[in-house]
Amino acid sequence: MAICGMFRRSLLYSRRIERFLLKKIAIYPLPISYRYENTSGPAQQIPKLEETDRPVFPGSRSRWTEKLEFIQPDTYDGIPVYRVTNRDGKIINSSEDPQLDREILTKMYQGMTLLNTMDRILYESQRQGRISFYMTNYGEEGTHFGSAAALNPKDLVFGQYREAGVLMWRGFTLDQFMNQCYGNQEDFGKGRQMPVHYGSRDLNFITISSPLATQMPQAVGAAYAFKRAQNGLCVICYFGEGAASEGDAHAALNFAATLDCPVIFFCRNNGYAISTPTNEQYRGDGIASRGPSYGIASIRVDGNDTLAVYNVTKAARELCVMENKPVLIEAMTYRIGHHSTSDDSTAYRSVDEVRFWHQKDHPISRLRQYMMNHGWWDDEKEKNWKEETKKQVMQVFARAEKRKKPPIRDMLTDVYDEMPANLQEQIEELENHLQLHKDHYPVNAFIEK
Amino acid sequence: MAAVRKGVFDVLPKYWRKNSFIYSLPLYRSCIVLNKRFSAHFTFVPDTVPASDGETSRMNLFQSITNALDIALSSDTTAVVFGEDVAFGGVFRCTVGLQDKYGKDRVFNTPLCEQGIAGFGIGMATAGATAVAEIQFADYIFPAFDQLVNEAAKFRYRSGGMFDCGSLTVRAPCGAVGHGALYHSQSPEAFFTHCPGLKVVIPRGPIQAKGLLLSCIRDKNPCIFFEPKILYRLAVEQVPLKDYEIPLGKAEVIQEGDHVTLVGWGTQVHVLKEVCQLAQDKLNVSCELIDLVSILPWDKDTIAKSVTKTGRLLIAHEAPLTSGFGAEIAASIQNECFLHLEAPIQRVTGYDTPFPHIFEPFYIPDKWRCLEAVKKLINY
Repeated sequence: MAICGMFRRSLLYSRRIERFLLKKIAIYPLPISYRYENTSGPAQQIPKLEETDRPVFPGSRSRWTEKLEFIQPDTYDGIPVYRVTNRDGKIINSSEDPQLDREILTKMYQGMTLLNTMDRILYESQRQGRISFYMTNYGEEGTHFGSAAALNPKDLVFGQYREAGVLMWRGFTLDQFMNQCYGNQEDFGKGRQMPVHYGSRDLNFITISSPLATQMPQAVGAAYAFKRAQNGLCVICYFGEGAASEGDAHAALNFAATLDCPVIFFCRNNGYAISTPTNEQYRGDGIASRGPSYGIASIRVDGNDTLAVYNVTKAARELCVMENKPVLIEAMTYRIGHHSTSDDSTAYRSVDEVRFWHQKDHPISRLRQYMMNHGWWDDEKEKNWKEETKKQVMQVFARAEKRKKPPIRDMLTDVYDEMPANLQEQIEELENHLQLHKDHYPVNAFIEK
Repeated sequence: MAAVRKGVFDVLPKYWRKNSFIYSLPLYRSCIVLNKRFSAHFTFVPDTVPASDGETSRMNLFQSITNALDIALSSDTTAVVFGEDVAFGGVFRCTVGLQDKYGKDRVFNTPLCEQGIAGFGIGMATAGATAVAEIQFADYIFPAFDQLVNEAAKFRYRSGGMFDCGSLTVRAPCGAVGHGALYHSQSPEAFFTHCPGLKVVIPRGPIQAKGLLLSCIRDKNPCIFFEPKILYRLAVEQVPLKDYEIPLGKAEVIQEGDHVTLVGWGTQVHVLKEVCQLAQDKLNVSCELIDLVSILPWDKDTIAKSVTKTGRLLIAHEAPLTSGFGAEIAASIQNECFLHLEAPIQRVTGYDTPFPHIFEPFYIPDKWRCLEAVKKLINY
């Protein structure tokens, strides 16, 4: 992209300089073979003599071959999926059990189920036209809570839009979720963005934006700043397997590797990007296999196994912070819900397929089984908790719906840190217009300021 | 290689070091149409600063940029400078010596990927660091368009003020350079002025560049700083050594006049300076010359005040006519100064074509085209 070869050459050295460079390089005798010395030189090192004959191209480290052979993409079985429990919530290998205590597990389980209840109610409310839009998290709750629990609450989170559980784990209240969806006067975002575009300064969760994968190189930049500040924190960046096809994903992985940034790339591979199945999204071995080609430590995990997600994220965080290196996690899961309230997924996938995941391999039921196996949860608790969550969500929902919207002038604030002259003019114009034509606008729904 | 290259620059004759980029194209040297090696379509006349500004040093535009970056890096430990090829000093020498002085973690090369550079800078700024990103040519800023327009510009607004990337500055060389053709000549400012949340700034010389760049770096909003590349070596001024800032969003009246207001920015200001002289000599017309400086947000008041006095307005820019920033100025001034206008507002700009190679002398809004427009304004 940056510059055509001829032009670039002319920028840096004219032919005369090139001739000079050639002379300069010609001083070194051409030995039979070389090896790279791993000094911290500014650019490529001068090759040095060694026993064996190896290629010395600056662009790679390798050996010669006289056999013409393409590297085929399907020569191996695919990166294995790490798991800790089976579908019945039983620990498979006890040495892998994270041994989380009852309190943390209960908090995780209650969070996952509370999120599930909130999803149901807000989905329905959109169906009734009470909020404009919603996206559920069905089937992916395990990836949220498993990873969030393994992080330091001060670690910075960049998300895509289906990571509400991470916020919930950190303490984002039902009230705050609802206020955002309604865009009422209590919404931190001042009602400017669509529903589910949450964010929280206090909880170190960067506000969500719609353009896919834009958060990925941003997360890398934030991680670089953390590294320089030596604050012992890392950055985690969530994205779906569809977003991983964007150019920004490529940029992010490459920058993170070359600039040694403590960032965890967490991919939720749920099988679909809206209606597009993964075989139309990529032809390689998913997303995890791309990591090593960027020079990034990578792992694939069962996203419906909350404990496995916890283990993997915890280990990734350690690697990040200790070594200032990026890590790529691909959590395999399934999008049980529709893509959003604007989508009917039965148009492109079978109900049976969805039912299978919902009934046979759900992160919530798997964690419940695990808890029951330990005697930390039972049917009675389940029944009471279900009623409790429903009551809580409904209460908060009613409150959020009743609240007025932010003041109308908030439409024009925060564009810059200070309001420039053109916006001051426009605010005045708007206010004058509304004085004349109040009746044609929903002014009463908004508070005055 | 970098070490070797540095050595090369040290031992080269002065003559080569002086003309690394602009005049080293073999094609240009053998060009029949323009056989004068240092011909430009304008004459640079340096500005001066009052003695009260303290010690000054002779600097060209790229050196004053380096000086500003140096001050920014030394006065803010979170500040970093990055982009393609900035580590060895940059393809236009704007970052020479900074890596040696501040270390590899503060002045560094990135992979060759503009969307990555912009996104990375936004992330750094979001995490509270000061990020000065370089896009090698303004022509290559488009892969970063999404990051700048959808992300950087909207970060504060969409988060209700919780987050922002105000400490991001993106620098990019812009404008005609004699032989840059389609992808080393563009002036993309108008693409960005349509985007609330960004600031767009273009300096006309070394003194201004230093103060404006420091303002951009310290401003609490994402700024795009376009540097007219033809001035990198050609524009030389006595630049104050001290740390100083020039306010953003303020136009500058360079020369007062009575009959016509001329508005331009960057290189075009120097073209218009000559037009002022020509108009005086040939037509006995007195022009008021304004450097817009900040393209977004722009200083409507200063221009409106001038046009109220002169009654005539000429806007000139290198970028194409249709939807160029001249259109915004013309529409706004027409609205503000309707009763004072004596003639239709004139725009002298690049044509509505891609920027051509061999036809550049005919493409740019040079002094003769501008002078014709002045005539038109006067004789209307």
